[in-house]
Amino acid sequence: MLHYLKTDADPAAEKKANAEISNVSRRGVLGGFLGASAFVMAVRFAPADAREALKPYPTGGLKMPDGVVSDPHVFIAIAANGDVTIVTHRSEMGTGIRTSLPMVVADEMCADWSRVRLMQAPGDEPKYGNQDTDGSRSMRHFIQPMRQCGAAMRQMLEAAAAAKWGADASLCRARNHEVALLDKEGKDTGKVLTFGELAEAALALPVPAPETILYKSPDEFTLMGKGEVQIVDLHDITTGKAGYGADTRLPGMKFAVVARPAVVGGKVKSYDASAALKVPGVHSVQEIEGVFAVPRKFGQLGGIAVVADTTYAAIQGRAALTIEWENGPNVSYDTDAYAAEMSATAAKPGKVLRNQGDADAAFANAKDVITAEYHGQHMVQAPMEPLVAIARIVDGKAEIWAPVQSPYGARKDIAAALKIPVENVTVHVSLLGGGFGRKSKWDFMLEAALVSQKLGGTPVLLQWTREDDIQHSFYHTTSVERIDAAVDDKGKVIGWRHRTVAPSIVSTFKADDGYQFPIEYGMGFVDVPFDIPNIRCENGQAMAHARIGWYRSVSNIQRAFAVQSAACEVAHKLGRDPKDFLLELIGPDRNIDPKTSGFPDDFWNYGEPYEEFPINTARLKNVIRVAAEKAGWGQSLPPREGLGIAAHRAFASYVASVVHVKIDDDGTIRVPQVTSAIDCGFHVNPERIRSQMEGAAVMGMSNALYSGITFKKGAVEQSNYFDYNVTRMSNYPQKVSVHIIETPETTHAGGVGEPGVPPFAPALANAIFAATGKRLRNLPMGEKLS
Amino acid sequence: MSSVTVNGELHEISGDPNMPLLWYVRDILNLTGTKFGCGAGVCGACTVHLDGVAVRSCQTTLGDAAGKSITTIEGLSPDGEHAVQKAWRKINVPQCGFCQAGQIMQAASLLAKNRAPSDAEIVEAMSDNICRCGCYQRIHEAVRLAAGGV
Repeated sequence: MLHYLKTDADPAAEKKANAEISNVSRRGVLGGFLGASAFVMAVRFAPADAREALKPYPTGGLKMPDGVVSDPHVFIAIAANGDVTIVTHRSEMGTGIRTSLPMVVADEMCADWSRVRLMQAPGDEPKYGNQDTDGSRSMRHFIQPMRQCGAAMRQMLEAAAAAKWGADASLCRARNHEVALLDKEGKDTGKVLTFGELAEAALALPVPAPETILYKSPDEFTLMGKGEVQIVDLHDITTGKAGYGADTRLPGMKFAVVARPAVVGGKVKSYDASAALKVPGVHSVQEIEGVFAVPRKFGQLGGIAVVADTTYAAIQGRAALTIEWENGPNVSYDTDAYAAEMSATAAKPGKVLRNQGDADAAFANAKDVITAEYHGQHMVQAPMEPLVAIARIVDGKAEIWAPVQSPYGARKDIAAALKIPVENVTVHVSLLGGGFGRKSKWDFMLEAALVSQKLGGTPVLLQWTREDDIQHSFYHTTSVERIDAAVDDKGKVIGWRHRTVAPSIVSTFKADDGYQFPIEYGMGFVDVPFDIPNIRCENGQAMAHARIGWYRSVSNIQRAFAVQSAACEVAHKLGRDPKDFLLELIGPDRNIDPKTSGFPDDFWNYGEPYEEFPINTARLKNVIRVAAEKAGWGQSLPPREGLGIAAHRAFASYVASVVHVKIDDDGTIRVPQVTSAIDCGFHVNPERIRSQMEGAAVMGMSNALYSGITFKKGAVEQSNYFDYNVTRMSNYPQKVSVHIIETPETTHAGGVGEPGVPPFAPALANAIFAATGKRLRNLPMGEKLS
Repeated sequence: MSSVTVNGELHEISGDPNMPLLWYVRDILNLTGTKFGCGAGVCGACTVHLDGVAVRSCQTTLGDAAGKSITTIEGLSPDGEHAVQKAWRKINVPQCGFCQAGQIMQAASLLAKNRAPSDAEIVEAMSDNICRCGCYQRIHEAVRLAAGGV
């Protein structure tokens, strides 16, 4: 069925294709480009005469490793019976991307969705383009290539039909899985050829040049924007048939778990496996060497693997191990002591990252200075599916099955760890039972591959328990954010000084210098969108003593919490309405100019070219107005109830949330209603945008009230969902109303998976303040007010 | 030698009676619809029915199940058309989907003994099933819908 798909990547050809795409993007619309589409449009009939070559725009996708690919031969197969197979190359972890991107292809090529099957791509970026499903990038980077891919295939089908009929291609119109022949008046002649009948001829045609490809106009969309397509795995999920990481079964497969050092950098000094080996079902015990050289990247922690006939026996065997560990220097890591240290650092000047105007003078001349300090604990992603990977090595060729966000990055590292060529490693991507950033790190896959290798290639399923997941993650960083606002005698904020202190993710990738790197300080810190003449953003040093990693929306969590809480605190001090004051702080409608606003030269705009994805204050203010209006901002509420608002731009999208809080008599913080507005630009799957926003409120509530990871003597103190708490149905945001801002097709698609998270915690804190006068500045805040 | 019935099929069981049912159905019977989430009975991902009542299969041993009838998500309905499954699809509940087998088994157990649960009863029954993606609003709505008949 897939014989039309290229079986081998042709890197040279694809590099060329990529270059062509990026050249077109850089050139923008050339004269000839417009001319070509005008010519074709001239002979088209309604409604297709509304079609035009969408003005291509560059995205950060072009600069990601292996860029983007839009070759229909790579992504689309059509069988002789008409079945269409679309390759889905991004990882599905709950956003719906496995459905949404193929939907874009199918819509553009006029395929009948019920006749579309999906094929999940293995990790192969030279062939498919970048597959690192992280950073809310999938739609942002691939909506254009996927439209291009589908539209090219549509034109190839139409051209094939034209050749068969000996007709002008402009009279051949693809629709609903067939091509119809029209007469010169644009009326049906009754002649049709099905996609199946055209497949072989169409797929043999050259792919049209990008500038000759015409996109559907939005009124022709059958799938995009309709909200009627259900996720492709829905039936399988509800019947237990959906395949996650641990659900592949291979003949002779063993099951393994690993005992790892409690302290990062710890090593096995000695161990005794004799009792473990006596556990019925235990097959063998294998030592895994850890990666200790800095940078450790996603290298495995090392430890002792117990291999058994069942996961149960492996867990029993692990419990019977006696291991003496050598902890190393991180044993000193202590959350309380570290928080005090961060706080002391934040009280002093730090490395200046943004410097606009003269903040010192503003503070010297201020009538009043308002200071607040916000703390955040570490958090762990804790997706419902604990990490797991299956590995098998046959004849020097390794196959890995895993729920992984970045299968090609994993593949390269696995090849290096096994000391075999990358061509000899295949990474199959299962469904991910949640990811939230944890599954973009493949230490667990390296472990499985190494254990299989030690077993002579025996298939092995290496399962992390929940305790392993909670205690051996790459954690969301802990942080102190200190904000000082200088106010003049007219009640205007004239100075803004924000200091951030947090161990950096960059410690995972290079020698730690204790400072944030552009990706972190671009997330709601140096890009604070306030119309304040004097802004200074400083970063204090904080060395990492744990593995630090991505967590859904990353540094935006603590930055939005601090900035949006502080804005409300200042509003209160000045006796202003928090919503009106926030709009005033943001100031006039404009694209913020990073150069004249003192941004650092290495300002990171979510990897996107700034001219295409600027910080637009009108869009930010619009989501605030919409959320406020829909939430009934200004309504009077009973005692111990309140509304709080917060807004944040992240991943090139704009979100505002209004949280309605209700404090029970026993102090329990409840959220009867969240009203959110999101402007993510042009979008194709509103139903999944809503579900992402609903979920973001729930995860936002976990972040705000419940979830904290603490370290004592270098080890994580929590171990499972009974002490690492997350939102449950006993207390969750009861109703999340999501308002998606409709934008023209020309407004570039922004991210959706992450941007809903950051505004929740500050909106909740602001609501609690409105309800009770209590200001909570530490995350997690706890479920009950004291 | 004792036995356990799983989705209507009788299985002779041997080996460690302390083995959690979870690992028996997953690693021995290869019924992978039941998920491992916490191993401590605090997340609900592994929920199955023991004689029709929702239990955590990670906290139920093979010994506990001996002589009893187990239903996993694969056996809830021969065609996947249980009222709860239909409601789940109608409301588009799942995001990543990993916890949903447990959620569905929990909801089906609730509705089997209480055909018209109040909102408070739904919350009480479902509060030990974690969904990290945060589908609670839709889970709640789907249970209501299933109770009313889909």
